[in-house]
This record gives sequence, structure tokens and C-alpha cells, in this order.
Amino acid sequence: MTDNRHDGGRPPASRAVDANGHPTPPPATAVDVTADQLTEHARDLLAGGARLALVAAHHDHATHAGGAAIRVVYLFTAGPPDRRTELHLRTDPHNPAVPSLAALSFPAGRFEREMHDLYGVQPRQHPLPRRLVRHPHWPHGWHPMRNDAGPRPPLTESEPFPFLTVQGPGVYEIPVGPVHAGLVEPGHFRFSVVGETILKLKARLWYVHKGIEKLFEGHPADQRVALAERISGDTAVGHAIAYSLAVEDALGCRVPPGAQRARAALLELERLHNHVSDIGAICNDVGYGIVNAHAQRIRERLLRLNKHTTGHRLLRGSVFPGGATLRHVPDGAALHDIAADVAEIVDIALSHTIVRDRLSGTAVLDRRQAADIGTLGYVARASGIPDDARLAHPFTDLGDLTVPVHTGGDVLARFLVRAEEVKVSAAILTALLPALPVGTTSSWRSRPAPKRPVSGVGIVEGWRGTITHRVELDPDATLTRVKIVDPSFFNWPALPVALADTIVPDFPLTNKSFNLTYAGNDL
Amino acid sequence: MVAPLPVAADGQGSRMSAGWAVAAAQAVLVAAVAPLLLGFTRAVRARLEGRGGGRIAQPWRDLRKQFRKEPLIPADAGVFFAAAPAVLTATSLMVAAAVPYLSTQNPLASSTDLIVVVGLLLLGTVALALAGLDTGTAFGGMGASREMTIAALVEPTLLLSVFALSTRVGSTNLSAIVAAGTTDQARVFSPASALAAAALAIATLAEAGRLPVDNPATHLELTMVHEAMTLEYSGRDLALVEWASAMRLTILLGLLATVFVPWGVATNLHPVAVALAAALFVAKLCVLSGLLAVAEVFTAKLRLFRVPELLAGSFVLGLLAVITSAVLA
Repeated sequence: MTDNRHDGGRPPASRAVDANGHPTPPPATAVDVTADQLTEHARDLLAGGARLALVAAHHDHATHAGGAAIRVVYLFTAGPPDRRTELHLRTDPHNPAVPSLAALSFPAGRFEREMHDLYGVQPRQHPLPRRLVRHPHWPHGWHPMRNDAGPRPPLTESEPFPFLTVQGPGVYEIPVGPVHAGLVEPGHFRFSVVGETILKLKARLWYVHKGIEKLFEGHPADQRVALAERISGDTAVGHAIAYSLAVEDALGCRVPPGAQRARAALLELERLHNHVSDIGAICNDVGYGIVNAHAQRIRERLLRLNKHTTGHRLLRGSVFPGGATLRHVPDGAALHDIAADVAEIVDIALSHTIVRDRLSGTAVLDRRQAADIGTLGYVARASGIPDDARLAHPFTDLGDLTVPVHTGGDVLARFLVRAEEVKVSAAILTALLPALPVGTTSSWRSRPAPKRPVSGVGIVEGWRGTITHRVELDPDATLTRVKIVDPSFFNWPALPVALADTIVPDFPLTNKSFNLTYAGNDL
Repeated sequence: MVAPLPVAADGQGSRMSAGWAVAAAQAVLVAAVAPLLLGFTRAVRARLEGRGGGRIAQPWRDLRKQFRKEPLIPADAGVFFAAAPAVLTATSLMVAAAVPYLSTQNPLASSTDLIVVVGLLLLGTVALALAGLDTGTAFGGMGASREMTIAALVEPTLLLSVFALSTRVGSTNLSAIVAAGTTDQARVFSPASALAAAALAIATLAEAGRLPVDNPATHLELTMVHEAMTLEYSGRDLALVEWASAMRLTILLGLLATVFVPWGVATNLHPVAVALAAALFVAKLCVLSGLLAVAEVFTAKLRLFRVPELLAGSFVLGLLAVITSAVLA
């Protein structure tokens, strides 16, 4: 195990800080590029250590400053120190096409496929230009995010969208889903198996695509935070903060430091209850129910603490553009107890030989694969990549932050990263508690009024990983476009890679160790 | 010990009919107790895990609910799917009647032996595996393939572990083995029976689909063994399959109790002795299923490819038991 320590108490000289010494994320540097320049710019940024965090298409009317166009924004981020660079590329709205970056970045290829389905933007020279979001029955040629899309035409007969058939003696297919037993979101998995060994797994998602990005458009920014909280129900705080930060970044709204600390505390509370739930669920999947029973008990305690702190068990309604609100400051002693309790059940689980055997060496995602796919969060940190937006893109000062990193890349590593993050979260909370403001702290009413349309980016380390939102606003703070990227969008392709040569009965365990969201991915 | 006699003198005739009554009573007792025993196991496990858990009679309530519902049969399923619940239930009831749980004077037990009992259990297993294949779904086939892999390793262990006891009696007849145990109590605690009991206990866990071989509480289709074969059953058919599965657990735990701790099994057909034997039988079952629940709390499910190692280990225990028994006899 290696630890990546970064002394947050003494910010690097280049990091922007406000008058109180609190970090304020820098605005993104925007560069207008032509189709010919795009690849070179992207290559330079990636070579400089940046990652492609987001690609968003925008359908501009003729009234827009740049005229009618499909405008594609590529957001590259790096840190620490916090750096954000946007490449803006305009293309003909009637026949939109962009050069594909799939050869440079795997996530870019998937963003381009998403953009193709929703905006009809052709990625030129894409190695795998298949549909991603659109299921076969979607009306042909209807791209719902375009301004001229109109109401949905009738659904068509299924177009062919075949799975790759793996051939060979003894190979058979197991179709699973999209409807699963238990409370699982919909997704279809097609296993090509020989005996019990998985040769290939194809996951087909976007069964719960609900056009949530479109639902933001045309509404005042401060009235859509509840929608952001519901992008993925277990990540209410993560998405609410990312959305709020993006809106504040766009409007130049300075948030009181107390509110930023409250947000940081809520983010850790959310991480705690989700990680505890996962620790129990991973043990339950190997038939070690007693750990799950206790994890559920601890989670319930956390949810009640959440209810006391914010009035909502899943922490909804506490973060909004301009500020945050807390009913009570959570009890530090209770948090300390909970962290000790979690450490004990983790210890019980890992000292069990069968549990340890089931977790060790199962579904390994090596560092190279994790980096190439662009994984985020605990999936990346379990494969030796020490990225964490709390270090790279801080919105408040968290002091001396330890990011737990493991290099095994297996289920055990993902389990251990969670277990250690629980400790780190409890430590962060303990440090934050004395300075937390009770009540509502907001600077929304005193925000500056922009003269022209603005855009902003919000980056947050949610419990699953780095969440990125990018918003565009009219001068009256009406949303014109919101692009949401949940870390699951990056992590889903890693699941089949990790599962190659794993046996079928280990799939549920592996899936649980990734615990990706369908709702946050399908949008 | 007790040979079935063709002569039907008056006394013999009434003895025979009383014997058949005991056999029938055993089947009824096992059928009635099996779901309760399952409920008891779950309740103990829940209590040990700090959960509230369901009531002991909950499996009976579930069965009652399922029996009222219409079974749906998949379009592609054939005769194996339709027949399996009946075959499974019938074989379970047969075995429940034929093992001398209450009295060694059980005429069915006297005329059947260990190999018939194991054969009947295997017949039920194979019927369910064929039904799983018959549905044509990937899960059914997967469950059937896993079940057959496990059965191929479990059935020899079942046979061997009881053989270890039969060598000293000189008969594979279960009545004879149990009767020998009740009369010569010193033999109950011998190295051979300890080894054989361990082998049979592991075989029981595997055959009944319990942890660490199979997880009866999971909802994850891809990890299932027994449940994967029964996924397509519904209504009355599902009730029969679940009832029969509960009976098989009771049968195997009962076999363990009766063969290795034979005290209390009646050697005659006196109603009081049989009633006492029934009470003791239920008490032994409760103890064993309580132990099962405790064991399940402290164990986790093995990786599928480790299961053969465990079962091979139990087979070796059974083999050692036979050898020990033969050498020390």
C-alpha cells in the first residue's frame, strides 16, 4: 500500500485562495479551436497530465454570440494545483461532425458516441461508431437534445443491434437482465462463457435514460438543485455540490467559507453511509451475512445522524447555489464511535479465511487498464491511481488529507480502499465539526449580475469518484445547458475488463465492489 | 435383525400394520416438521446476527400462499419440468418413511437399505436438474450443471460414511445399523463413527444447498446452485419444490441424528416408545438445525471452484472411516 500525502495546509503558490485563505477554484481557460487544431490541442493537454473530464455538445441558436452552430466543449482538468482548460469547437448545425479523439483517449470515444446519439454529431474516424444511448427502438434520425428535435416521433421497430457472438467449442451465452432480482437498477449483461469462466461480458445500459439534462434547461438555476440531487439517489450531496459549484463558477458567486465547510462535511457524511453499506453488501455477496447485518445497523445510525443534521436521511435539501444549510452540527463522539465500529466489522470480515479468499485476486483491474479507461474514485485508487478531486480541485481547506491507495486492483483492494476512506472521512469530519455554522449560510442574493451568457464548471469528489458538472446560463441565471458526468460513466467500461477470466459466480461480487450507478450513467 | 416375514399370523399381521403406521407417521412427521425446522434455522441465525428475523412458522405460511397460486409453466418446458416437483416430493416422502427414525421395526426400513435411500435422494436431485435444463434458460442449465458436479461428489460420500457403520454390523440395512447402535452403545463413540459423522455432515450441507456450498438466502441468480434450477417454478409447483427441499434437509439431518446418535429410537412398536422416539427425534433435529444456523453465521460461501476441494475432503473422511471401521472391527 502506498499513501499519497499532500499537505493541504500550505497551499501551493499557484493555487487561488480568497481573502480568508480558502481555496477558490480558478475559472476554466477557454480556447476556441478549429477542427484541424483540436487533436493537437487535446494531445498536448493529455500529455501535460490533464484528463478529459467532460465533453458537452450545445445547439446554439442564430441569436447566440457565435451564431447558429453545434458547439462542442471539451473540458480538460488537472491538479493539484487546480487547472481547467476548455476547448470550444464549432461545427455546422445541419451536418455536424468533429474529428474523433478516440485514438487519444478512451473516454473521449464514449463521449463522442453519446454526443452522436443525442445531437447527431458525427465523430470522424471513430474506431467504433456504434450507438451508445439510443436503444434500437428509438426513432431513426431523431436526436432529442437538439433544439429542433421536436416531440418524439412514434417508436419504431427494433433495428438490429447485435451482440458480438463469441464462437468456439463449449461457448455459451448467459443473458442477464435488464430486470434483476432484488432492488437493482436495469441493465442488460451478456456473458459469453465457457464452463464457468467469462470470456467476454457486454453490459448494455441506458435503460433509464430520462433526458435529465434537458429537464434543467429553461429553469432558474437556484430552482433546479432538487433535480441535481436526484440524478443518482445515493449521491444527493455530491451532485448538488457539483451543480452548485458550477452555477457559482458561472455567476462569479462567492460562497461563504462556512457554507463550503458545511458542504465538505455533508459530502463526507454521504461517503460514510454509502461506503458502510457497500462494505456490508460485499460481505453479504460472499454469504457472510453477519457483517452485512452489522453494516446495516451502522448505516441506520448514520442515516439518523443525517436526519438530525439536515432533516433528511439522505442529506437532501442542504446544498444549494450560493450556500448550504445545517440544522445541527453532527456529534463528533458518535462519528468516532461509528468509525471504530466500522473498523471492527472490517476486521471481522478480513480475518475470515473464506471471505478473504473470495475477495483476494478476484476481478483484477491493473493500473494500466484503470488509467487507459480513465477510471475514477475508489476503482482507480484500488488500482494504484491516487487521484482525488478533494486534492486536485478543492473547494475548501481540508487540512492534511490522506488518500488511501491500494495497488491490488482486485475486489479486496476496492474493499480496503472503502474501509480506509471511512477512517479518513471520520477524521475530516472531526476536524470540520468545530467550525461548522448552524443554520442557513448563503450569498445567492448578493451575487454579481453578468452582462452576457456565462458558463461554469463544478468538480467534486463524490463517494463514487469525481463528479463534473458544466452549466451554461443566461444573464438572468436561467439554465440553457447542463452537462452532468457521474464517475460511473468512466468506470462502467472497466467492469467487463476486470471480469475477463473471472468465473460467473464471482460476477455479483465484482459488480458490488464497483457499485456503479445506472441512473447517474443513463441520465 | 428383523426380517420381513411372509407368514401372516394374527399377531404378525397387526405388527405389520402397526409398522406401516409408524412408517406413514414418519413421513407425515418429516413433512410437517421440515418447514418449521427451516424457520427455526432462520430464526436462530437472525437472532445470532442481531436481527429480528421471521417467525418459525413463516415457511409454512409461504407454502400456504404458494399452494393457493396457479403455477405457470414456461412455453418451452416439457415433461421433465412438469414431473420434477412430484418426483422430488415423492422421493422425499419415500425416504422419510424408509429411514428408521422412530422405530427399527419399520417394515419399509427393514426391506430397504442404504443404497436405496441414497438412490432415492439422487433420483430427486436428477429430476430437479433435468427440470432446470428443460426450461431452456441459461440459469436453469447453469444451476443443473453445478448441481450435478456437486452431486457427483456428494453421493459417494453419503454412501461411504454410512458404509463405515455398516461394516461392523455386516449389513447395509439402516434398521440393522441403528438397532446395533441402540443395543451396543459403546460403539457409538468410535473413531470410525466420528470420521463418518464429519463426512456425512459436510455431505449434508452440500446436498441440502447450505453454506459454505450454496447460499439459500441469496437473490443473485449467477451465484445460485439449487435456486437457479427452481427459478422458473411458481405457485403450487414452487411450493412442492420448496417443501421437498425442506424435507430433504430434515431427512439428512435426521439421518445424521439417527445413525450417529441412535438413542431413543424405539426397537419395538409400542405406541409410548414410538411417541417418545418422535419427541426425541424432533429434539435432535432442533439441536442439529441450531448447530447448522450457528455454523452458517460463522462461515461464508466458498468460491465455486473450491467446493470440489471441500467435498473431496469429506470423501476422504468417509473413506478413512470405512478403513478405520474395517481395521478396528
